[in-house]
Amino acid sequence: MPDSLYYFVQQLLNGLTVGSTYALIAIGYTMVYGIIGMINFAHGEVYMIGSYIAFISIAALAMFGIEFLPLMIIGTFIISMIVTSAYGYSIERVAYRPLRGGNRLIPLISAIGMSIFLQNLVRLAQGSRDIAMPNLIPGGINIGPPEGFSATLSYMQMIIFAVTLISMTLLTLFITRSRMGRACRACAEDLKMTNLLGINTNGIIALTFVIGAALAAVAGVLLGMYYGVVNPYIGFMAGLKAFTAAVLGGIGSIPGAVLGGLLLGVTEAMTAGYFSSEYKDVVAFSLLILVLLFRPSGILGRPEVEKV
Amino acid sequence: MTRHNFKAAIISAAVVIALTGLLMGVRLSQSGGGLIVTGAGPDVYWKIAAAALFMFLFNLFRDQLDGLWRALPGIPKSPAGLTAVTEKPVVRRLFWCFLIAAALIWPFYADRGGTDLATLVLIYIMLGLGLNIVVGLAGLLDLGYVGFYAVGAYTYALLAMYFDIGFWPGLFAAGAMAALFGFLLGFPVLRLRGDYLAIVTLGFGEIIRILLNNMTWLTSGPNGIGGIPKPTLFGLEFSRRASDGMQTFHEFFGIEYSSVHRVMFLYFLALVLVLITLYVINRLLRMPVGRAWEALREDEIACRSLGINPTAVKLNAFTIGATFAGFAGCFFAARQGFISPESFTFIESAIILAIVVLGGMGSQVGVILAAIIMTLLPEVARQFDEYRMLLFGLLMVLMMIWRPQGLLPMKRPHLELRT
Amino acid sequence: MSAIQPLLDVSSLTMRFGGLLAVDGVELKIMPQQIVSMIGPNGAGKTTVFNCLTGFYKPSAGRILFRGEDIQGLPGFKVARRGMVRTFQHVRLFKEMSVVENLLVAQHHNMNTSMLAGLFKTRAFRRSENEAMERAAYWLERVNLLEFANRKANTLAYGQQRRLEIARCMVTQPTLLMLDEPAAGLNPRETEDLKELIAELRNTHKLTILLIEHDMKLVMSISDRIVVINQGCPLAEGTPEEIRQNPDVIKAYLGET
Repeated sequence: MPDSLYYFVQQLLNGLTVGSTYALIAIGYTMVYGIIGMINFAHGEVYMIGSYIAFISIAALAMFGIEFLPLMIIGTFIISMIVTSAYGYSIERVAYRPLRGGNRLIPLISAIGMSIFLQNLVRLAQGSRDIAMPNLIPGGINIGPPEGFSATLSYMQMIIFAVTLISMTLLTLFITRSRMGRACRACAEDLKMTNLLGINTNGIIALTFVIGAALAAVAGVLLGMYYGVVNPYIGFMAGLKAFTAAVLGGIGSIPGAVLGGLLLGVTEAMTAGYFSSEYKDVVAFSLLILVLLFRPSGILGRPEVEKV
Repeated sequence: MTRHNFKAAIISAAVVIALTGLLMGVRLSQSGGGLIVTGAGPDVYWKIAAAALFMFLFNLFRDQLDGLWRALPGIPKSPAGLTAVTEKPVVRRLFWCFLIAAALIWPFYADRGGTDLATLVLIYIMLGLGLNIVVGLAGLLDLGYVGFYAVGAYTYALLAMYFDIGFWPGLFAAGAMAALFGFLLGFPVLRLRGDYLAIVTLGFGEIIRILLNNMTWLTSGPNGIGGIPKPTLFGLEFSRRASDGMQTFHEFFGIEYSSVHRVMFLYFLALVLVLITLYVINRLLRMPVGRAWEALREDEIACRSLGINPTAVKLNAFTIGATFAGFAGCFFAARQGFISPESFTFIESAIILAIVVLGGMGSQVGVILAAIIMTLLPEVARQFDEYRMLLFGLLMVLMMIWRPQGLLPMKRPHLELRT
Repeated sequence: MSAIQPLLDVSSLTMRFGGLLAVDGVELKIMPQQIVSMIGPNGAGKTTVFNCLTGFYKPSAGRILFRGEDIQGLPGFKVARRGMVRTFQHVRLFKEMSVVENLLVAQHHNMNTSMLAGLFKTRAFRRSENEAMERAAYWLERVNLLEFANRKANTLAYGQQRRLEIARCMVTQPTLLMLDEPAAGLNPRETEDLKELIAELRNTHKLTILLIEHDMKLVMSISDRIVVINQGCPLAEGTPEEIRQNPDVIKAYLGET
């Protein structure tokens, strides 16, 4: 009997691990949606690029002789966040800003184009094959009896939880305490009015994309190290999952994105653990469809009132 | 050349380097158990430097460039002459006659490869026209259109495999099955706002593909289904030797066997399907439901206040669109003789969407033109094949910025009141 | 249905948005072929009442009987199909469509033709199209827009657009017509025409009319009854004469204007 309990704990831990990275990516969707009401379809590709940059910088730092692990990882985070921020900013500047204030579907189509473009850019630059990396932080803590089945909380998982928690705390502090954060909230409330009050809303929108991209980079580094594999196609699925998480929690709401991410991660892990890993994506998408049908405003979202 | 411009120029050059420096300037590869990075080579460095320099200069002289741009004679927003001509009904009719005549003559002039390629173009035209009903006419962004295409293809393939069903009944079954899926999906989700609908349909397309991949007992999963029977002409087969109880085309007409016959037959079959699609769309545009689609795109609230059920009207478009995808899927399966889930990825949906968007949402000539361009381009320029998807993506972005209405924007036939 | 039964019977209608009570206990009784006006200061909740009645909002509480049947909670298009049709405070035409097409769209659900009939252009289909066209022409003539039939709707002048909106309601053959500030933005001449049109709709087409209006001259001259709403609550109800002399109304509304 305890075996099955530890098995459950293991699935839960795995689910929470993946779920926290979904949450990190989902914040990018939710913040952009909260401010300009568009689905940044290319966000998944930003995560993918973050993961590639993580691999590149780990290899490069190692070649330059920086073998001290904490330094290497911190360096990787910084480099990756800088590059994806540049991507987040440029994507908004090139593909979305010229289209603001029109039909909703036009920026969405542009975003799909951007997503295809970025995916193929990386494919052309880095090849389409899987690239694998050895596990930098092996080992973990065993939970349960030394004999028989026990659950393992790996050090990598602990790092993922810690980094996610730190990122979320910093983001919350930024949003609630800083002047820029207050401007962000004002924009989410009423973009036009905020603009009239003399706040550079273009700057705030760009900042939102940059923050989202930086958090996607954090997720890219973490998941890259956790799975140890990267290819140009990982962004599509991860983006869809993160969007699902954002909608699940209530799009526009940051705590909602976290809740949705964790919920989705655990649901997937449980499906994979108790049913079949092939169907975990089907379950995730079915969850998305069901949520949109029965509670389109998500778990923590505010329902929209139609203006007649 | 102000200081402000200089700062912007420096920043933009730095952004270009941040974007490309590591991702493109460095190549990641594996050696043994570890990772290594190598430089991508001087030609890539030069390109990066050139891009950075270009952005630097562009931003530095931005004001001057803007002035020049404004001084240029305005580029006409749309080819004015073309639009004026296409509006005349006589010219329109002549144009269509010419187009159909050209399509009829084509296989007699082209070689086998040319006819085969034209058949592929026709499949994309059919898919484009079908999606055009949903996206262009009803204004519903469907990102999972390929799901219905897959349903059609697999319906025929499975019926043929398990029940020996021929092409023609299979065609109807495929259309009906796709319509059923469209109805079942559309019924609940069409209440959703536009962008949510897009994502839900995308999820649906993925679910279909994953299911086809994993329901190995039914679909043999990633291995696909082979040996799908080819279409017959009133029971005449296009093979060298007839199967049991059948007759072949060349025996019946007493001519010598040639494999070109089959290619031509497939081409004409596709042409007939496309013509039927065109006819149906043209009727729909002149029917109450066609008017309701446009009204719904303009003002959904006003529609509701007049007793129009938005969900039902949208469901019409969704189901009809799905049906055509089903037909196209069935034809595709019969032509290829082999299908696997690989043919039905999201990229396929994006290509069909690109055809609709490029052509001008709602415009039928536009869709035909765009389907030809999209299919022929990579064939003509083989050396650019690698870059095809990259350019696709770029084109979609640029189209949305410069010409969101597409190459040939739609002109809906307007009903006139004669007094 | 007996003759004295009201066409529309609304009791204790309440609409709450979060913490805001926009409509609170509104009562409304409209007899067949009456013209009833709803007046009240800006933000009193008149349009919200309209939205609740026509199914655009789901009222938080209350009961709406139309021809003796419960209609609260029905979606807007079903309410419209039962013969209760409205216009909007801001004109909502299908701007890119022609004037006559606006009227054809409005007849969508009345046209009993199947998809197949349309695809094969059967006789039934052509007949139904012709009937729709004739009805459209009839109403265009009524509102003096026949000569503009084939123009795009957004090329019409504002007053013409308002009339087109009324014609568009009329082709659906309603029993109750609800007009949300029909005279807003019209000049005195056009307001006079509107008054005649409303009277004609009631007298020759046996229509019942509920309107929201700020133009007191118009309201007083055509209404059989007037309902006054203030801050979401019903304030007074009666004939124009009674309302004119009601001290509460004078204090809350007329006195201030």
